[in-house]
Amino acid sequence: MHPELEIVLLLVLLITAVTALMIKNLLTAVVSLTVFSFISALLYAAMGAVDVGFTEATVGGGVTGVLLLLLIFKTTRRSSD
Amino acid sequence: MRRNENNPIIDLISSLVAPFIMLFGLYVIFHGHYSPGGGFQGGTLLAASVILLRLSLGSELGQSQFPRRLGTPLASLGVLIYYGTGLAALILGGAFLNYGFIPFSALAPLRRSWGILSVEIGVGLAVMAVLVAIYDDLLEGEPDA
Repeated sequence: MHPELEIVLLLVLLITAVTALMIKNLLTAVVSLTVFSFISALLYAAMGAVDVGFTEATVGGGVTGVLLLLLIFKTTRRSSD
Repeated sequence: MRRNENNPIIDLISSLVAPFIMLFGLYVIFHGHYSPGGGFQGGTLLAASVILLRLSLGSELGQSQFPRRLGTPLASLGVLIYYGTGLAALILGGAFLNYGFIPFSALAPLRRSWGILSVEIGVGLAVMAVLVAIYDDLLEGEPDA
């Protein structure tokens, strides 16, 4: 992949990671983590590791995102710190 | 999970999409030796389709394909398939998990291919059952409509 495109994607990774840490609304944080998972799956596939990208996409989006949403449903929706 | 009201769009779309996700999950399991994927990725896809049905249809209808009580037995069955393949290889003459000794077919490469396929099926079954069981245990005491 072109280096400029990779730099833009890595910047998006950084922005979503910082967003997931700083935001008080926990639903937004979970969605931001899911976006992080998908962009990193794209980067893995671009680097040639297609199996790792496949696993990261399914596990990050289909499993981790859904289970974190369940945890928000059972506890609170706003972070207290 | 708790349903607020009957939403026909979500019901219809998730009921239509879920069989295709299951079919693709089976494709990924069975073609793991040639294309990206394998047992773990296909098992995760199958679990994602079952979790989609449980999220959108509620608790009674969402258990039509995969009842809640089948979680742990199927996981144990998956592990048993994996271990049984290795044990069959050990008993029938050679070392543990040496697929060349199990009489699947006459040619030696085909025996190893069938052995790998059987452990991938065991892994996929176990992964699907465990992920759906984690979802069910997180939502154990919830009342729903």
